[in-house]
Amino acid sequence: MLSRTADSLYWMARYTERAENIARLMEVSYRMTLQRHGTGGSYWGAALGITGLESAYSARHGAISANAVLRFMGADFGNPSSILSCLKAARENCHAVRGTVTSEVWETINTTWLEARTSAAVLMQGEVSGSDLTKYFEWVKFRSHLSRGVTVGTMLQDEAFHFIRLGTFLERADNTARLLDFKYDELAPQDDTGSEYYEWGALLRSLSSFEIYRKVYRDVITPNRVAELLILRPDMPRSMLTCMKEVQQILDLVANARSHETQRLAGSLHSRLRYGRIDDILAVGLHGYLTDFLSKTAELGNGIAQDFLVPVA
Amino acid sequence: MKNIFDEMRAPGLGATAGIRTHYAPYQDWLTQMPAAGIAQKRAEADSAFHRYGITFAVYGDGADAEAGAGTERLIPFDIIPRIIPAAEWDKMERGLKQRVNALNMFLHDVYGQQRIIQAGLIPAEQVFCNAQYRPEMQGLAVRNNMYAHIAGIDIVRAAQPQQSSEQADYYVLEDNLRVPSGVSYMLENRRMMMRLFPELFGHQSVAPVEHYPDLLLDTLRQVAPAGVDDPTVVLLTPGAYNSAYFEHAFLAQQMGIELVEGKDLYVHDETLYMRTTQGPQRVDVVYRRIDDDFLDPLTFRADSALGVAGLLSVYRAGRVTLTNAIGTGVADDKSIYPYVPDMIRFYLSEEPLIANVPTYQCRKADDLSYTLANMHELVVKETHGAGGYGMLVGPASTKKEIEDFKLRVKADPAKYIAQPTLALSACPTFVEAGIAPRHIDLRPFVLSGKEVRLVPGGLTRVALKAGSLVVNSSQGGGTKDTWVLDAPASLSQSQSQSQSQSQSQSQSQSQSQSTSAAPSTSAAVGGA
Repeated sequence: MLSRTADSLYWMARYTERAENIARLMEVSYRMTLQRHGTGGSYWGAALGITGLESAYSARHGAISANAVLRFMGADFGNPSSILSCLKAARENCHAVRGTVTSEVWETINTTWLEARTSAAVLMQGEVSGSDLTKYFEWVKFRSHLSRGVTVGTMLQDEAFHFIRLGTFLERADNTARLLDFKYDELAPQDDTGSEYYEWGALLRSLSSFEIYRKVYRDVITPNRVAELLILRPDMPRSMLTCMKEVQQILDLVANARSHETQRLAGSLHSRLRYGRIDDILAVGLHGYLTDFLSKTAELGNGIAQDFLVPVA
Repeated sequence: MKNIFDEMRAPGLGATAGIRTHYAPYQDWLTQMPAAGIAQKRAEADSAFHRYGITFAVYGDGADAEAGAGTERLIPFDIIPRIIPAAEWDKMERGLKQRVNALNMFLHDVYGQQRIIQAGLIPAEQVFCNAQYRPEMQGLAVRNNMYAHIAGIDIVRAAQPQQSSEQADYYVLEDNLRVPSGVSYMLENRRMMMRLFPELFGHQSVAPVEHYPDLLLDTLRQVAPAGVDDPTVVLLTPGAYNSAYFEHAFLAQQMGIELVEGKDLYVHDETLYMRTTQGPQRVDVVYRRIDDDFLDPLTFRADSALGVAGLLSVYRAGRVTLTNAIGTGVADDKSIYPYVPDMIRFYLSEEPLIANVPTYQCRKADDLSYTLANMHELVVKETHGAGGYGMLVGPASTKKEIEDFKLRVKADPAKYIAQPTLALSACPTFVEAGIAPRHIDLRPFVLSGKEVRLVPGGLTRVALKAGSLVVNSSQGGGTKDTWVLDAPASLSQSQSQSQSQSQSQSQSQSQSQSTSAAPSTSAAVGGA
């Protein structure tokens, strides 16, 4: 397969997954601020911090307000990391390789973009309610489910498929780690146990993990178990372990003559998760652990680009 | 209104007027469709074309570019098909094969022995001073002696001014032998019609066109370099911002071949490779959708970023096939067009089955003086122009425009040809005010691998503005599905058809009263 084609497929998947995860981040943030009456401002600032966009935001909007942040992250073209910008990038990558994906995949990605553009134009105008915005985030999530479903359901399981899946899981590993890092920091110091329960619940819900948590632990929600679930559970579809397992397996399938180092890195990341224990991780410090994981996945992304996507010769 | 052949409705008043037999089943169906149903189907077609992204790119929309809007437009699709009876198609098909065979033989001759020039049929300077003549091709052997592997031949139907409108013949208006486009619309229009109106295809037996990508791939494989058993075929596109990108991606997907850009390819050791996730892979056949000038910056335009450095050396070594071959433009130039009937006689010893439009070559003194004297009635075209640009339609121009154009022609007569203003045939088309006749042309796609083949039909383009003869999509033209009917209907079928025809006549009269302005002026307008 052409390297350029693989590059577009991989980024198409990454941007689609990223849009979904921004929607999840915004959803959970919105729910949490509803529970913390009056303390929203600093919270939204922190939500922007996770994406490194505080200065871009204040340049455009100045003071922080819930609706302005939701718009900025959801529907603003001026923000290159907004959901809308991600969906556009996904669509442009898909457009560049529309002959490689099935027509169903192309139509799904293209329709998502066309409809997002229309919804975003409405959201950017006049007064919008929080429920309009959450409805939009909900829609983004479902379109992402649809993209994945149509990929798995219609595509030949060849290299094109593998590079799409590689993009999906690498992005998801990154996003789960970021979301957990942010919430853990935000939530751990709280000692008002009543609201803490709801906030952890909101985090779990944002990762579609609330029911999973109940099923797995049959017990009250504690931060440590949430961390364990999202980092180490092998059967939890958004856990870092599950994502890295997929990444390692896919890299074995597409391996070429120069990808050895990249495979080794993926394997070692996977092993650390596979044989890790939550007590050890917390003893070292969750924030440090996640920061290290994020820098390793970035390194892995660079390796994939050099070996497969933009080879020098 | 006079002298315009209507593809669907026979002329006359009262009882003599009617729907042509081959349109009768369609008309029956149309009259029983509620107007709201039709409107809904048209909206459905629009939304489906958007969803599929069957669009062409429009350049330079700065303000909209940020929002991603306005940079891609739909080519309007009309749901009334253009229908061609089996017998008419049969003759046209034979004529197209004959013509494309002769054009390939001409190219082989020009870049070989040049017999037709020695025989005095075509002046040497017409060939060698032509900007489309490529000396790099001289003496180069190409597989099966085929050059124009994919040809789009533009055909119009027109009545001569002195004839009745019912004596309307088909003419070749233009040959497109470089990188003709539009075939994806032929295929998508059919798909759309079958999706919107599946019941229609039960009434009449319409010849299929869906196997075009198979024929195309087979053609491309047939012209692979000798000795390559299982060739790797790729489609070379200028990229996602090219106006025909949809078609490039569509065809590559339908054929299951890689869609490559220049930067995906490189030359090493007189071999063409593409960069893949598994390392370099050799390429044997390039279906290129970029012009000669951009193919190889080492040979042609040095500033081209679309091509591949060194590609021509691989081509000249016979280690890769380019389709179409380099230098085919010397056969489809408007200054060469008048000689095509002579080519058919010279190479095939046959009479042309489809006529050329009579053409005055201003490089000849007699033709020049005729053109200058009659310019108000003629269409004057630049020999190297395309896309409906650089031309004058006499009957639609002011005195001042005509006088200005005369000066241009006098200054450089060899740059111009002139043709009579043809009354292009019209086909009923949905417009804002209802259904009205609009001028159409037809572009069949002819493939040359081992032999010359084509699928029945082509792309019908329609000028959507009342009276307009310009069908180019860049100038507001639309498209229609093109139906070539299979075998003639059996006796019992034609009886039931004639019964329903009389029913439909009263309908067609009441409809024709409500239709808006019919085309009034006419000219033969070409363009790729």
